[in-house]
Amino acid sequence: MVPFFVFIAFFLLLPATVLLTGSFQDGEGQFTLANLASLFDPYILKAYSISLQVSITTSLLGGLLGFLVAYAITVGGAPGWMRGILTTFSGLAANFGGVPLAFAFIATVGRTGFLTALLKTVNIDLYGTGFTLYSFWGLTLTYLYFEFPLMVLVMTPALTGLRHEWREACENLGASPWQYWRYVALPILWPSLLGAMILLFGSAFGAYATAQALTGGSLLLVTILIGQQIRGDVLGNANLGYALALGMVVIMALCLTGYTVLYQRTTRWLK
Amino acid sequence: MTNGRRATFWAWLWGLVGLLYFFVPLYGTLDFSLRAKRGEISLLAYQNVFGDPQFLASFAYSARMALLTILISILLVVPTAYWLHLKLPKLRPVVELITLLPFIIPVIVYVFGLIRTFSRPPFLLTQTEWTTDLLLASAYVVISLPYMYRAVDTGLNTLDVHTLTEAAQSLGASWPAIILRVIVPNLRVAILSGALLTFATVIGELILADFLVRPALGPYMVLMGQSRAYEPAALGLLSFALTWISMGLIQFFSRGGAALHPSGR
Repeated sequence: MVPFFVFIAFFLLLPATVLLTGSFQDGEGQFTLANLASLFDPYILKAYSISLQVSITTSLLGGLLGFLVAYAITVGGAPGWMRGILTTFSGLAANFGGVPLAFAFIATVGRTGFLTALLKTVNIDLYGTGFTLYSFWGLTLTYLYFEFPLMVLVMTPALTGLRHEWREACENLGASPWQYWRYVALPILWPSLLGAMILLFGSAFGAYATAQALTGGSLLLVTILIGQQIRGDVLGNANLGYALALGMVVIMALCLTGYTVLYQRTTRWLK
Repeated sequence: MTNGRRATFWAWLWGLVGLLYFFVPLYGTLDFSLRAKRGEISLLAYQNVFGDPQFLASFAYSARMALLTILISILLVVPTAYWLHLKLPKLRPVVELITLLPFIIPVIVYVFGLIRTFSRPPFLLTQTEWTTDLLLASAYVVISLPYMYRAVDTGLNTLDVHTLTEAAQSLGASWPAIILRVIVPNLRVAILSGALLTFATVIGELILADFLVRPALGPYMVLMGQSRAYEPAALGLLSFALTWISMGLIQFFSRGGAALHPSGR
């Protein structure tokens, strides 16, 4: 009990405090708000904006695809073997990330990758269309590999919670499938949908290893920028790194709060 | 039931899209990893990986660190979670929140904080190799805390902690004996799932090892990614297999564990 709290204090709370106080100090340790003000430097705003774009795009696309797959294996009534494989692989792929994931996508849709070569044999030049794996859309495609399975994992119990009686009641009252989804199913599901997508957003926003291994740091995400700042003071202000980090933590904390609130609303219906 | 048939069509379509998204990169990686020899299928990339002493060394290092992490994590989490269940249930939400912090703090931010805290006095830890290893293991414990704590917490929820403790006490068991011989055996499935998830997290971890400059598997893989073409694909597939084995073991053991619980052992 005591060792646990000492450990947490030393290895989690202490570094967190150092980050927090560092954000409000200048090089000499004097109090300042200049670091926070520097966050609005165009270069840094750009990094935040790219990070947000990647995270929002992947959470929307991953959310959509994950929802549809979860739909297929629950209400949609996909065959049992398909359900089994998709459920197992969702658990697997949601835990697959980092450098190996980047390698898998380089081998598949990289410049000489398997799919790129396969498409060439049917006269589709993937890289001729302007696509490259080492860019925004490439990163999005790669993140989706662990994002949509996460959505499947979160949405499957929610969709299983939709009672048959609700659908039957709608049909008896003459509602079309569209009306059922629009006025009954989606209003019940939206907290879990939104909550799950916040989770996806967070997992993309904090990711570093995949992006670093894939783009070698050429796509300037906030996480990449922090990494460069650790290796050497690229921003010309040693304490600006603290503020960058603080900004990320604030966004992630907002995410988790949003998720918790929505999660509580969801469980109300599932019980 | 025209509706039913249409639903099945969409289910098939999206199910297949999902399957393709899973398997095309896996198959692509497999295919690519077998093409190290021009014009023929060979296991050359795998031979190169397993023949590279640096791979073996970094894998051994990461495996050792993973075991150390699991050991520290169990020692910290099991008694704490047990005590919270037994005596201080009111504190549980607080500890739950603490164990969620690693989800809020991205690892890159966390390592930044670690370096700024422990690379200068009064808590200088990055000076020697073994203190850096200690710092790295502690950081691994922190980032895998959500998995370990949740696994053990869920395991404890299925036990009647109070009755077990009173029974053991009335038979004269000391606190260490209760934890070691009553609680831990009942939690072994939970502990094992936590340990396997921790292992899967630590073994391929890049950021902490890279920025603390330790010779782990993650930094080795990045190095290979920059210098080789086919070996990274082999490494990617091997990592996936390792994750697969960990997850498979968890499912296997938790199924067996569910059957064990009602016997009240």
